[in-house]
Amino acid sequence: MTNKRIDEPTGTEFVGHEWDGIEELNTPLPRWWLYTFYATILFALVYVVLYPAWPMLEGATPGTLGWSSRGQLEQEMRAADAARAGVRAQIAATDIEALAGNPQLMQAAIAGGAAAFKVNCVQCHGAGAAGSPGYPNLNDDDWLWGGTLTDIQTTLAHGIRWEASPETRTNFMPAFEGVLQPAEADAVARHVLALSGKAKDSPQGAQLFADNCAACHGPTGGGLPAMGAPALNDAIWLYGGTQADVKRQILAPRHGVMPAWQGRLDPVTIKMLAAYVHSRGGGQDAAPSAAAPEATPDATKVASN
Amino acid sequence: MAQADELERPARPPAPDAPQPAHAGRDWAAALETAESTTPTPAPSDEVGFMGSALYEKGKTVHNKRIDGPFRRFKWAVMAITLVIYYATPWIRWDRGAYAPDQAVLVDLANRRFYMFDIEIWPHEFYFVAGLLIMAGIGLFLVTSAVGRAWCGYACPQTVWTDLFQHVDRFFDGDRNARMRLDKAPWTLAKTTRRLAKWAVYLAIAFWTGGAWIMYFADAPTLTWDFWHGTADPVAYATVAILTGTTFWLGGFMREQVCVYMCPWPRIQTAMLDEKSLIVTYKDWRGEQRGSLKKAAKNPDAYGDCIDCAMCVAVCPTGVDIREGQQIGCITCGLCIDACDRVMKEVGRPRGLIDYATLEQCDAEAAGAPATPAWKALLRPRLFVYFGVWAGIGAALLFALGTRSHTDLTVAPDRNPPFMLLKDGSVRNAYTLRLRNMEARPREMEVALEGLPKGAVMWTDAVSLENAAPRQTVTVPANATQVLRAYVMLPPGTEADDDGLAFTFRLTAQDESDSAQTTFAQPAKTTPEDD
Repeated sequence: MTNKRIDEPTGTEFVGHEWDGIEELNTPLPRWWLYTFYATILFALVYVVLYPAWPMLEGATPGTLGWSSRGQLEQEMRAADAARAGVRAQIAATDIEALAGNPQLMQAAIAGGAAAFKVNCVQCHGAGAAGSPGYPNLNDDDWLWGGTLTDIQTTLAHGIRWEASPETRTNFMPAFEGVLQPAEADAVARHVLALSGKAKDSPQGAQLFADNCAACHGPTGGGLPAMGAPALNDAIWLYGGTQADVKRQILAPRHGVMPAWQGRLDPVTIKMLAAYVHSRGGGQDAAPSAAAPEATPDATKVASN
Repeated sequence: MAQADELERPARPPAPDAPQPAHAGRDWAAALETAESTTPTPAPSDEVGFMGSALYEKGKTVHNKRIDGPFRRFKWAVMAITLVIYYATPWIRWDRGAYAPDQAVLVDLANRRFYMFDIEIWPHEFYFVAGLLIMAGIGLFLVTSAVGRAWCGYACPQTVWTDLFQHVDRFFDGDRNARMRLDKAPWTLAKTTRRLAKWAVYLAIAFWTGGAWIMYFADAPTLTWDFWHGTADPVAYATVAILTGTTFWLGGFMREQVCVYMCPWPRIQTAMLDEKSLIVTYKDWRGEQRGSLKKAAKNPDAYGDCIDCAMCVAVCPTGVDIREGQQIGCITCGLCIDACDRVMKEVGRPRGLIDYATLEQCDAEAAGAPATPAWKALLRPRLFVYFGVWAGIGAALLFALGTRSHTDLTVAPDRNPPFMLLKDGSVRNAYTLRLRNMEARPREMEVALEGLPKGAVMWTDAVSLENAAPRQTVTVPANATQVLRAYVMLPPGTEADDDGLAFTFRLTAQDESDSAQTTFAQPAKTTPEDD
């Protein structure tokens, strides 16, 4: 300050800092720039008061506005729920078999069902709804308890062999351990595989099947969806399709359990889940006489890109 | 504040009789050193800030004097053309039929379309926009290597709007001297009224600028109606408010500060300009030693052509003194050339004391070579290289635009599960098809299976399994992409392949077609069927 030195070529004053012979010149900021800087400091002070900012031992200072990211999430979730409320009310008011008559509503139901499926169903049925041994595949055209929208909705609502639900779907195949001799069980198993052309039949097997199995599974093994008796003459095996698998299932049948979702999920979500499962490619129409109208081309969604 | 450092510089004693410095190894500092300060030395700042240095430097309003001349008239023309383009373009109508908007230039963010006359760009064609941006970048290099900072001087929005606002200043407050007087005058009622009126005009221009901007993003007449009836989208009001604010502030008050302190372009230019770049230069070997006519009359041999009238400084819109040489504040608008040429004519000396020239041309002229026409600076290899790259990209874009298809098909096979075994042993695969119709009319499109064994059929959510067939017809709405879930089924007993069967979906729409390859997954032969 006492001896101001001036840099000759530029005529600018030195600040006095020097590094290896390189000196710093004093080139002041424009006033507006400095004031902008002060304004950002002021902004930060106001922000610290209004919003959560200062880290404390537990959490941060709350801020006078009471804003929190969790609160904002809740607010956005409420807004999203409110936005969906109209469609949900419409779905609630529509009979499930009539859904297909309203393609847009059906689309909304399928989308909602897909979301609910990811949360509640993938644990057993898999992300692609393809199941695994013991857990049915929901994409194919083989339905143990029926594949119409109504059937699926009933299964979802009341579960399978779910004791807490009085209306649950239930059946028990008797165990033939001790009833059939091992050789007889082999013969029955071979007959069962022969129904879909996978093994050589024998008269003994056919007779044993007619006596013990046809009552539920049907004389040709077509199954009986009304009581959940699986079809045995197709390509799809819940517990495996080899001779050993089938024999084991005859001697000591396993019985899968699916929980009832009524009471755990709201009726609209169950309806949407039914629509989604039905849409996976294997859904059946309600009845041949009163088939729901086919989806029109409008049913397919039109994306903006 | 081009002369940021000059303000801090103590006034040098004028040295009118100093001998003309030798020209050997010309350097611009020579002109600088002998320059008589044309700006009054600022009073030392009262603010004694940190460690005895002022923390900031007060702004100084540039009051540029009115001038007429070829460059000023060119500036008028560029200003008129650019402003008309900016304000009028959204209002041009362009008939595209019933299914597309009829605005010639429209950035339809909501529907993700960009319309420009006969061109319509979809989001997946964003490379056109990328290409245009690259062309704009190379174009700046091209312009810089050809004519220096011409963009800064004439076409930059900051320059155009600053020019506009300076004319508003002139209209309300008079020319340079009157404006300077008014700035210093006390805040009387007359001054306050005048200022408020001027700022109201600033605000009107700024509002009109912000208002015109949003017209590019929606149907202009509809948006205007909605805007004034309070029913436009809040984002429209917010955008107008922000752009009104920035125009008012940047154009009305910040002006050359934007060029000097905010804009990166002048800094990039300092790296791009070289001794072959066309810049506005003061020919110091001709001008120095500068001195008034009176002084020069007494001792003609000691003085150059510059009569030190400071007209070049007075007319400068950024307030720089061009006689100090190249500087970041000089936007090369050429108004000082107009001013100097006029003065030179009045005093009967040849024009071009300040002129467009390259440093190389200046050196040659200083060494005694005849003056080179400025246009010769254009003949540089670099210019042709830039132009070649620029034009090449442009041609490639035009070619791509001319040959692009308006039909597109993409296929994504379901990966979970990859295949589905059905009751009768047939195998089903599911695919998500995207059928794109880029024409402004609905079209019937046919999707066909190619390369699958006999018996393969396809159906979609729209047609049920009963109507499964090797080909399906789909109506795709105008200007839209139809997402379609398609199932393909092979009958039982089809030869399995571990890698799946490669096949093709073919999309046909009138004269256009597209195809997408994919695979059909099947259960592996070795794995027992256990599901």
